[in-house]
Amino acid sequence: MKDYEIVIVGGGPAGLAAALSAKEAGCDSVVILERDSVLGGILNQCIHNGFGLHTFKEELTGPEYAARYIDRVLEAGIDYKTDTMVMDIAPDKTVTAMNRTDGMFTIHAKAVVLAMGCRERPRGALNIPGYRPAGIYSAGTAQRLVNIEGFMPGREVVILGSGDIGLIMARRMTFEGAHVQCVAELMPYSGGLKRNIVQCLNDYDIPLLLSHTVVDIDGKDRVRGVTIAEVDEKNKPIPGTEVCYPCDTLLLSTGLIPENELSREAGVEMHPVTGGPTVNESFETSLEGVFACGNVLHVHDLVDYVSEEAVRAGAHAAAYCLGNVRASRKEDTITVRATGGARYTVPSTVQCDRLGDLLTIRFRVGAVYKDAYVSVYLGDERVTHLKKRVIAPGEMEQVILKKEQLTAHEGLKEITVTIENE
Amino acid sequence: MYDIVVIGAGVSGCAIARELSRYDASVLVVDREEDVCCGTSKANSAIVHAGFDAAEGSLMAQMNVRGNRMMDDLARDLDIPFKRNGAFVVCIDETQRDGLNALLARGEKNGVEGLRIVEKEELHRMEPNLSDDAVCALYAPSSGIICPFRLTIAMAECAAQNGVEFRFNTRVDALLRNAEGNWHLTTSTGPIVTRYVINAAGVYSADFHNRVSTKQLHIVPRRGDYCLLDREAGTHVSHTIFPQPTAMGKGILVTPTIHGNLMVGPTAIDIDNLEATATTAEGIDTLIAGASAYVKDLPIRKVITSFAGLRAHEDGHEFVLGEPEDAPHFIDCAGIESPGLTSAPAIGEYIGNLMKEKMSLREKSGWNGIRKDVLKPVGIDIEKRNALIKENPAYGTIICRCETISEGEIIDAIRRPLGARSLDGIKRRTRAGMGRCQAGFCSPRVMEILHRELDLPMDEITKSGRQSVMVFGQTKAGGGVIR
Repeated sequence: MKDYEIVIVGGGPAGLAAALSAKEAGCDSVVILERDSVLGGILNQCIHNGFGLHTFKEELTGPEYAARYIDRVLEAGIDYKTDTMVMDIAPDKTVTAMNRTDGMFTIHAKAVVLAMGCRERPRGALNIPGYRPAGIYSAGTAQRLVNIEGFMPGREVVILGSGDIGLIMARRMTFEGAHVQCVAELMPYSGGLKRNIVQCLNDYDIPLLLSHTVVDIDGKDRVRGVTIAEVDEKNKPIPGTEVCYPCDTLLLSTGLIPENELSREAGVEMHPVTGGPTVNESFETSLEGVFACGNVLHVHDLVDYVSEEAVRAGAHAAAYCLGNVRASRKEDTITVRATGGARYTVPSTVQCDRLGDLLTIRFRVGAVYKDAYVSVYLGDERVTHLKKRVIAPGEMEQVILKKEQLTAHEGLKEITVTIENE
Repeated sequence: MYDIVVIGAGVSGCAIARELSRYDASVLVVDREEDVCCGTSKANSAIVHAGFDAAEGSLMAQMNVRGNRMMDDLARDLDIPFKRNGAFVVCIDETQRDGLNALLARGEKNGVEGLRIVEKEELHRMEPNLSDDAVCALYAPSSGIICPFRLTIAMAECAAQNGVEFRFNTRVDALLRNAEGNWHLTTSTGPIVTRYVINAAGVYSADFHNRVSTKQLHIVPRRGDYCLLDREAGTHVSHTIFPQPTAMGKGILVTPTIHGNLMVGPTAIDIDNLEATATTAEGIDTLIAGASAYVKDLPIRKVITSFAGLRAHEDGHEFVLGEPEDAPHFIDCAGIESPGLTSAPAIGEYIGNLMKEKMSLREKSGWNGIRKDVLKPVGIDIEKRNALIKENPAYGTIICRCETISEGEIIDAIRRPLGARSLDGIKRRTRAGMGRCQAGFCSPRVMEILHRELDLPMDEITKSGRQSVMVFGQTKAGGGVIR
């Protein structure tokens, strides 16, 4: 097998943008390895619109958004292999992959970009009691069955979890003639975007039951019904509030998990909150020359941010291969810390002289805040104090700092992102 | 007419079938489910018990110790993984020491080899994640772990390759002995006539027994809830960790599985419904609390699935093997609860010998006790693997990413004798769908392969037979191909 300087693991939105950017930054030896039969990743099954408002200033469907990048990848003559599963990434950046035609092969890469995306949390991980019949699908699996395969996974549907895919599938199943009885959400707030609640539930009179969960599943063969109960402030079901919903299908949209088995086996250090690698300002993981972007890094709400991050990860991977990067110096490292409601930040560390003009810090909060402030401290000095009407866990937040702000602060060791009431 | 009909294709029924396949006899195994291993055999602790727990002199003790000893050869012949990882029965309190000594003495009388009491320091060295309260333990090095699906499927396949017939989706509704002394079975797929009936019907074994014998049996379904944890947690303990046994059973154990997961369970809850395999929140809470008393820092957040099984608990807590006095040509294999999985090979041998004697069976020539498992490409060297892919490209396509299962393995599981016909059938033969995403990724792909290989319409593909269909037809426009 031909060797490449950069191996991009995953041909979804992150991998495509990273490949393009790496090529544009001067690295001609790039290959994308994709396990599905076509490029585009999960966007291919997201046939609803609403993609690309930031990037293209227009509303595209998922496949259309993907196609814009796929076309450019093809034009740029970037190599890719579909139907190819990456089996192993060694710490020395030897990538082992497999497909039907090449068999098992290795590529000795200089840099690797992790762009494997994420997977859905299954029923088992939620410990929902009851039977284990057919008809319990994660929302994304149901989305694939409906939009790619063309089959109806059910007719009478209850959805647990108000993640975006669950909300989108509530509408999609309704379009296809199924009856969606309700969406139950354990938390007192939705896990999805506000616009999806309005456009996918409210417009079709599908009730959203906040602070509710499924406490029992009935049916030996196929789902016959689910029991939903209200939960208290500790998320424990309240006895006496159980209501049984006869149905044949339960869809789950209860969280996404960055898919980092390969990263972990390679020895990449993981962030305890995101489930993705910890990265520096260059989207480089704890393994030099291994970069990460997209949902494998942290779960995004909008694909535009995925693409934007991937552009930077790809460019940094190219710079690394071309030898344009100063080696990391531990003493220059600034830690980025999330506190007071902010759950994590990407990146986790910054080295100023490896930074462009701007530093974008992305984060999510752990609860809903109203009329609160996003604050950033450089050491003890507050440099950002931005009032927001609503800050919610379902939406990713960002703050942008200028490089001068950081360099002006001599001996800066820590940047803190926090939510303040005043 | 058959010489012998075995009711129930669980681990006991399949072990019996494999033993009977040695002889010149026509044998049929019937099961109401679509596959082997769909009842008690599929949901248990998957332990090959040492045999210190069963009452001295009991049939249960005899079968347990014999079954344990047979397992190495059997696993080798059937090409299935088996590991003697050893077990500890742990005391977290000095007052439990007498009980431990009693267990040691009973084990030695039962013929269990290698038993000894391990004191605190050595114990914590051997098993660092035991609770700090653990003061000593009974160590049973012959205790092991196995895959109950693989064992059952392998014995069934071996029986089938030696001429035993299997009929699935066949519920036995009535059985009557006619004037010539033959049994007439009324089933959901038509009548069956046989000289002998073997009752290996699990939780329903008392029901069948009581229809033909006045000496009534009473079996209570005793539910056990389990949690299965991600392979990331699979090395949390390396031995099987038991509390001291009680009247309700061996207690809540923590064990690595043969496939590298960690398993916690079971609870022991007597119920009155023979079908009630639903887990409950209380059950799961009970087993987490129970396990946490013996093992520290239990990574319970790594749960990937929970399930429940029913043990066929007979009132006397003893295996019922043989012909009731008042029911000639009806052979019980009833009350098979833990250590039933361990005992299965010995039960098979016992019933096989019994039938040989009763029917004067002759061993047939050319019996083949060797069976090859689904070919697993993982672990073979890269050149051999590439040769395999070149010969059959299906081995180059990964269908289940969590467990790294290729299309070639899935096709093998479908095409072999008694091949898989459902998603669960594939899962139990190959592990596709058994991993951390619990089939979220692979189920549409496996459905497609089942559709293609078996020429099954998409809306007839099931999770586990009967009415467990996966999809209800096409979408409105441009739908998928059902047929």
